[in-house]
Amino acid sequence: MSGMSAPSVIPFPRLGPWLLAVPVLLLVAYLVLMDNGAISQTGTYLHELMHDGRHLLGVPCH
Amino acid sequence: MIRTLLVRGLLLGLLAGFAAGGFAFLFGEPHVDSAIALEEAAAAHAPAAGPAEEAGHDHGEDAAVSRPVQKAGLFLATGLYGLAVGGVFALVYAGLRGRVGPRSDGGLALAAAATAFGAVILVPFLKYPANPPAVGDPETINGRTVLYVVMVLVGLAAVAIAVATARHVHSGPWPRWTAAVAAFLVPVVAAWLLLPAVDEVPEGFPAGLLWEFRLASLGTQLVFWAAFGALFGWVSDRAARRPAFAAPALSRS
Repeated sequence: MSGMSAPSVIPFPRLGPWLLAVPVLLLVAYLVLMDNGAISQTGTYLHELMHDGRHLLGVPCH
Repeated sequence: MIRTLLVRGLLLGLLAGFAAGGFAFLFGEPHVDSAIALEEAAAAHAPAAGPAEEAGHDHGEDAAVSRPVQKAGLFLATGLYGLAVGGVFALVYAGLRGRVGPRSDGGLALAAAATAFGAVILVPFLKYPANPPAVGDPETINGRTVLYVVMVLVGLAAVAIAVATARHVHSGPWPRWTAAVAAFLVPVVAAWLLLPAVDEVPEGFPAGLLWEFRLASLGTQLVFWAAFGALFGWVSDRAARRPAFAAPALSRS
């Protein structure tokens, strides 16, 4: 819209270090959506706690 | 700059996750309850099936987490999901900005969120739709989860292929968009046709309840992506305008 704010390109080398956050974020998503104890070592506790969210977010639950 | 975007994605993702949780609580939980009631009725009437048969998973009063806590867990799940997805989205957005897609910050946020919903939610949903409790064999959960993730990856790859294709078509918007849509659909439809089907709906499960649940599930994701895209776009647009009025603050990027 405003001509003054044409987006400035962020150089990939500057972006690089921040991409280390991606595996951490994907791990969080995995624990919420799919873990059944294999990684969290909590047995099915995470599964049971996140149960309704898994069903309603559409991932296979059980 | 990147830090600002990441924080923005995390916070707005959390917020949109709670909004999706609210929708799921209002419009999805009644169907989850109905499905669990059916599951328990079926277990009670199962011929000579002792408690040993259902040792793996329980929803009733003897479950590890009670139903009220599971309903609170719904908000924890959608909130954390939003946080994680919002963070990844922000970093992808940082990479796309000025390279791919609409030039305006708000427009890019909306376009990217809509594309993500299509690729990551709709593409898998149409092949492996969401299922309520009582649908799905616990024995096959690992295989079904892998298939679901494969479908998500196919959706993302198809978007990348579509963008790359569009960049090679220079003869106007109509040929470019047609080529992009075709390049998106070819791998997606191929995966829909080639990957194994999953149909574990038990005999006699009410079709109406299944449909209502699936609509509520898709609605939950739609609320998340619509809320997140709108919030991220709105905040980004405001941030893009601000430096024009407060120029000195611009150097810190």
